[in-house]
Amino acid sequence: MNPIITRSLTKKFGNFIATNAITFEVLPGEIFGFLGANGAGKTTAMRMLCGLLKPSSGEAFVAGYNVYTQTEKVKKSIGYMSQRFSLYEDLTVKENIRFYGGIYGLSNQQIKDKTAQLLQKLGIEKEAGQLVGALPLGWKQKLSFSVAILHDPAIVFLDEPTGGVDPVTRRQFWDMIYEAANSGVTVFVTTHYMDEAEYCNRVSIMVDGKIEALDTPVALKSHYQADTMNDVFLQLARGK
Amino acid sequence: MRTIRFLLQKEFLQIFRSKAMLRIILIVPILQLLVLSYAANYEIKNIAIDVIDRDLSPWSQQLVSKILASGYFKLHRHTFSEQEALDDVAGDRADIILVIPPHFERDLVKENKAQLQLLVNAINGSKAGLANGYANSIIRDFNQQIRTSWLALDKHTGPARIEITYSNWYNQRMDYKVFMVPGILVVLVTLIGAFLSGMNIVKEKEIGTIEQLNVTPIRKYQFILGKLIPFWIIGMFELIFGLLVGKLVFDLPIVGSIGLVFLFAAIYLWVMLGMGLLVSTFTDTQQQAMFIAWFFVIIFMLMSGLFTPVESMPHWAQQLTLLNPIAYFIKVIRMVMLKGSGFSDISMYLLIMFVYALVMNGVAILNYRKRV
Repeated sequence: MNPIITRSLTKKFGNFIATNAITFEVLPGEIFGFLGANGAGKTTAMRMLCGLLKPSSGEAFVAGYNVYTQTEKVKKSIGYMSQRFSLYEDLTVKENIRFYGGIYGLSNQQIKDKTAQLLQKLGIEKEAGQLVGALPLGWKQKLSFSVAILHDPAIVFLDEPTGGVDPVTRRQFWDMIYEAANSGVTVFVTTHYMDEAEYCNRVSIMVDGKIEALDTPVALKSHYQADTMNDVFLQLARGK
Repeated sequence: MRTIRFLLQKEFLQIFRSKAMLRIILIVPILQLLVLSYAANYEIKNIAIDVIDRDLSPWSQQLVSKILASGYFKLHRHTFSEQEALDDVAGDRADIILVIPPHFERDLVKENKAQLQLLVNAINGSKAGLANGYANSIIRDFNQQIRTSWLALDKHTGPARIEITYSNWYNQRMDYKVFMVPGILVVLVTLIGAFLSGMNIVKEKEIGTIEQLNVTPIRKYQFILGKLIPFWIIGMFELIFGLLVGKLVFDLPIVGSIGLVFLFAAIYLWVMLGMGLLVSTFTDTQQQAMFIAWFFVIIFMLMSGLFTPVESMPHWAQQLTLLNPIAYFIKVIRMVMLKGSGFSDISMYLLIMFVYALVMNGVAILNYRKRV
């Protein structure tokens, strides 16, 4: 079973249809780019998949669990990193890791091992006792991502993870995403950077609550006769 | 259970790391206890008095010195000009004017009666009332003295007034601090419960971490308990701390069982925490949360009987205090600490608080589910 399956997933707020009957599947271990202009309905769709918002109609399964009835199980199987930095700035690096590990039900031994592993991977052993608030933004984002996949989720949702980050750090960040995908984690990522869209295995583009296109970047470019994903995006988003 | 433990650990780390929080927890209560207990006092001393003595006789002087010796009055000045004295009142330099007319002593001796005039600045009604009362009772006393010394030998005209003496139960020296300190302890506990808990929850909304917590498998009840329990513990600590300060500084009497006070506080705190939680469900910033909590706490506090007795409020306001948790706690803490009331005396209030806590938290949790 694919890690994410939706069938005619719809969310209405009063008369406004934020997400209009979207149907798609995400394959295991792929990096799935979820694109769309601001207000196209990406965030609403993502919130439904994370169990934060009840859909109005349609079906969705995340890691094999129904998002209507099994939200707790969905939440256990996913990691999530929002565009707002969401580690505690007044806790140290170590305390943050310990806290998030703890609430995902890792044992004390697991927390200890994972912490050591993570610190070493990010090369911030020395900063382990520092308050997170004192770290540079790039480090914070990388730490945030590492914490989001601390409990080895089947799927990780990344909501504009590289906003405001410098190009070098962005590149490093994408290396981390690749590494996670290679180890079997399915990555569901939204972004406004079209060069990042090129890094994805497959990309969907949402316009006005509907998925207008879904394919590999190469196939999309040839279909829309465009040189870059940027052109593809502009054609679709501006088309209406 | 393990999840709640991690939540509690995180909260305490954050609380003890925040200097502002530590100040609120440790310094505010001491200041509040010391300042309010000494300042919030109904006994009025140092009433400024202007004396216009037109008689200048030994008896009139004796009267004046008797008034000044009472300790309640402080002579502002002797004057012969009524205008000057009235100007003093207008300029807030004098609170009361005593006018002794000419021939005061002569009338007293010859006609067996004399007149005095007392002009009281009544802007502050209760102060004026007290000043008037003090002055009158001193003058009456003076009158008595004269009658005794002049006429005691005559059995028909001798002292005829019946003197009533008081014995004040439970607070024999009428020490205002004994009355105030328990009430202020209630205020302290209330502030912790109603403000800090709600603001702390809203803070997670403000910095965006609540969204992250919402995608984790934390259940709502775990999150709520993780937020409320730390402030329950701090509230109880605050009560112990306040009682210690009260005992050491004011030699606060504790007649009844202190365990009963803690039992009541334990339940009362859940009412306040529930209120904080409720406020947090419909606010998005700490400022909003603080203003709303402040609105309710200030009304509850002013109508609680802390400063003015509930019995002197109009009937409708007295009915409202039936819904005022602070009023219950103030009543109970005074009953237990000053009078030594036992469990059966306060069991009704305990039950009311218990129901109140259930309802408050129930509503808050329902509302919390809907919104977040």
